[in-house]
Amino acid sequence: MVPTNYYLILSAILFGLGVTAFVFKRNVITIFMSIELMLNAVNLAFVAFSQARHQSDGQVFVLFVIVVAAAEAAVGLGIIILTARNRQSLNVERVDLLKL
Amino acid sequence: MTPQLAIFFVLAMLAVLGAASLIFQKHPIHSALSLIVVMVALAGLYLLMGAEFVAAVQIIVYGGAIMVLFVFVIMLLNAGAEEHTNASKLAGIAGIPLAVALLGFLAVVVARSSEGAQVSVQSGALANTKEISTMLFKEFVYPFELTSFLILVAILGAIVLAQREKS
Amino acid sequence: MPLLDHLILDHLWIIPLLPLLGSAINGLLGSKWPKKIVNSVALGSTGLSFLVAVEAVREFLQLAPDHTPWVQSYFTWIAAGNFRADFALQIDQLTVVMLMVVTGVGFLIHIYSTGYMAHEGGYYRFFSYLNLFMFFMLILVMAANYSLLFVGWEGVGLCSYLLIGFYFLRKSAADAGKKAFIVNRIGDFGFMLGMFLLFREFGTLDFVTVFQKAGGMPPDALGHLGTLTAACLLLFMGATGKSAQLPLYVWLPDAMEGPTPVSALIHAATMVTAGVYVVARSHVLFTHAPTAMLVVAVVGCATAIFAASIGLVQTDIKKVLAYSTVSQLGYMFLACGVGAFSAGIFHLMTHAFFKALLFLAAGSVIHAMGGEQDMSKMGGLSKKIKWTYLTMLAATLAITGAPLFAGFFSKDAILLAAFQSENGGAATGHTLYAVGLFAALLTSFYMFRLIFLTFFGKQRYDEHHVHVHESPWSMLGPLVILAVLSIFGGWFALPAFWGGPDYFANFLAPVFGGGESAAAEAASHALELPFAGIAVLTALIGFGIAFWLYISRPGKPEELAKSMRGAYTTLLNKYYVDELYAAVIVKPLIWLSTIVLWKFIDVAGIDGTVNGIASTATSVGDTVRHTQSGNTRSYAVWVVIGALVVIAIIFFWPAAAPVSGMVR
Repeated sequence: MVPTNYYLILSAILFGLGVTAFVFKRNVITIFMSIELMLNAVNLAFVAFSQARHQSDGQVFVLFVIVVAAAEAAVGLGIIILTARNRQSLNVERVDLLKL
Repeated sequence: MTPQLAIFFVLAMLAVLGAASLIFQKHPIHSALSLIVVMVALAGLYLLMGAEFVAAVQIIVYGGAIMVLFVFVIMLLNAGAEEHTNASKLAGIAGIPLAVALLGFLAVVVARSSEGAQVSVQSGALANTKEISTMLFKEFVYPFELTSFLILVAILGAIVLAQREKS
Repeated sequence: MPLLDHLILDHLWIIPLLPLLGSAINGLLGSKWPKKIVNSVALGSTGLSFLVAVEAVREFLQLAPDHTPWVQSYFTWIAAGNFRADFALQIDQLTVVMLMVVTGVGFLIHIYSTGYMAHEGGYYRFFSYLNLFMFFMLILVMAANYSLLFVGWEGVGLCSYLLIGFYFLRKSAADAGKKAFIVNRIGDFGFMLGMFLLFREFGTLDFVTVFQKAGGMPPDALGHLGTLTAACLLLFMGATGKSAQLPLYVWLPDAMEGPTPVSALIHAATMVTAGVYVVARSHVLFTHAPTAMLVVAVVGCATAIFAASIGLVQTDIKKVLAYSTVSQLGYMFLACGVGAFSAGIFHLMTHAFFKALLFLAAGSVIHAMGGEQDMSKMGGLSKKIKWTYLTMLAATLAITGAPLFAGFFSKDAILLAAFQSENGGAATGHTLYAVGLFAALLTSFYMFRLIFLTFFGKQRYDEHHVHVHESPWSMLGPLVILAVLSIFGGWFALPAFWGGPDYFANFLAPVFGGGESAAAEAASHALELPFAGIAVLTALIGFGIAFWLYISRPGKPEELAKSMRGAYTTLLNKYYVDELYAAVIVKPLIWLSTIVLWKFIDVAGIDGTVNGIASTATSVGDTVRHTQSGNTRSYAVWVVIGALVVIAIIFFWPAAAPVSGMVR
């Protein structure tokens, strides 16, 4: 049997990697993907806890997370398309019109 | 080393490698593909834990819909390899320490939690799909309806956003 | 008749109220009135007050002995916690003396002022202030507790400031007024501390209660700083300020900037005697604190000779009289310090007569000389202003202690008591006596010097510029009355030796306790004639030296001044005390105010803090502004930092963790 701790550690690692990607990557789509990665890591933790407690709550919640992630991806990518058309670039550092 | 543990390690390693690859790839399409690998690995892990419905949903929705969406957008926008600009000094300086700090924190939190030492007794299937659906439509019916509304809003938003200019 | 017996005694408040009304009426309405009406208001209120006071005294004298002191409380003024102070007025024998002096001499000076100030501007203002002063002084002498006395104390200080600076357009006058008030304040600080100590010790500030309780306490030992000694020393500090003793006398000579009637009333007869009155009133406390008595006696004696020495060389006629006042006040304190309180009060009374007369007569001389105050520019006036000369001569004889004049008896009593004093050892008493006697010699000298320089000798002024004329009768009348009092006023206290029944000391006996024991009385009888003889001899020596220097050999003073240049300039410059104070006290204070309080605390500290907060806000804003870089990746970093902070809080601060079981 795999101890729950292992799953949690894996979830933490994936989350950390997701954060690193979020901070370091410059392509806006890649940043978006890192957000998806973080969400997945959280899903893993949910399911791990659900298994540990023998309750289905965690899994139901995972379903909701997935639904939300889908909706978010749809709208987010729409925004990305618009911004990319506007600024002619996918580099997130080019979107700096709010600079003081 | 039980078989389950071995499978766990393999899948875990796959997920981590995929995530690392997401960071280090230069072209977004490669990052997308790496992310798909991560998701499949995670689906495998869900299966290992006995949550087959979630695993299925993961593959179908995440892998089959969301990632496809990502790939389509990359294609649409003709995303090229990443440029090397460095406008943000802060990210350059604080990035790695932050990531390390975060990882450290989470590791400490996980390590100290009392939950972990437990080993779940049943590895078999949790009375799965039926239970999930019962819970979904009984206790979580309100959030469920809300999510349907959320999806509607997302659809509308996506359509409005992606319209061409009426020129 | 029963009704008349207590008519005034029940309504003592009438006595101070009348001058207050006069002051208010003149002050508010007098600016438009002709001088005659202002006069009648001012003189009327003071005169009425005098008459009412006379009636009060008459009623008081009829009271049975167990009814004295007569205290009337009219309303509760302060009631705070345990502390109560009523607006309570009292009459006892001491009050009677002070009341008569204040209202009587005050009234005479009011009459004089109508003549003296006739040509001055601000006429109504002068009389308003003068009446206000009378009000406060009457409150002071009639108060039945220390708090009300202090009200009068402060009030007369205020009026002194207003009147010294009466010619406020003149900078020296305004400065003198300020100096008087500020130096007084320093003394008042000590006075207040003394009052606080008394309250802490006795729980009340009522005279009757405090003196009763204090009378039952054992006296403090000599040299031991008990509560009573401390309180007495602090009260005396206030007295040194108000009555111009060392070291707080410096305001009195400068106070001569005010009009001469002011100098006569306030700085000779009444206000400066307030300190002596307080010490005499608190005699119960002082007799229980031998250290304080010794200090009072020594300070008084030292002041007497110090001021007398300065008066030797001054050329301004009013300055000589000012230093003379300081010196005579020293004598009064010397009397109180050796326990001869009734002698001190007696000297206070006679001094009021002859010093007021001296000042008024000097005012008459100045008026005759058209405003000239410098004696070196006078001379040979005795024939021209006869009445002024004669009255002034009478006052001079009184102050120098010519036999049978008023000052003779009072000064004699003081010196005798000083000689017999045992406080601090018999040697101390003898030293006090010797110094006092020498000061008497100096007094005689400078007073006769004043007479000779002013009224005799060559005419040192130009007849064409100065038209010497005698003063009007409004000014001469009071002079004559005061001269009569100066001559005959001493017979109140004709000591037993001379065959008189020492009315004064017996009159004040209920207040100050009886006279000496029989043995001591016999001893003092034996000493009185020799001592009187020595005193007269000293006065004659002073007269002789003055005569020799200023009549026989008019050039001699100049020679002496040249040969003793150092001593002469020191005395002329008043021992440089003012300069010393300026350097040691005033300059550092001004430095402190400017550099520390102003530049450091106010500008740098307070302004700095306020401005600093503003500039901190600006610089914080400047710094935080950089988070708004418009750079998305920076924003991402901030998000992560925020997340880290939240995790840290949840992990390390259990109270904030909504997740139970997750955290240890």
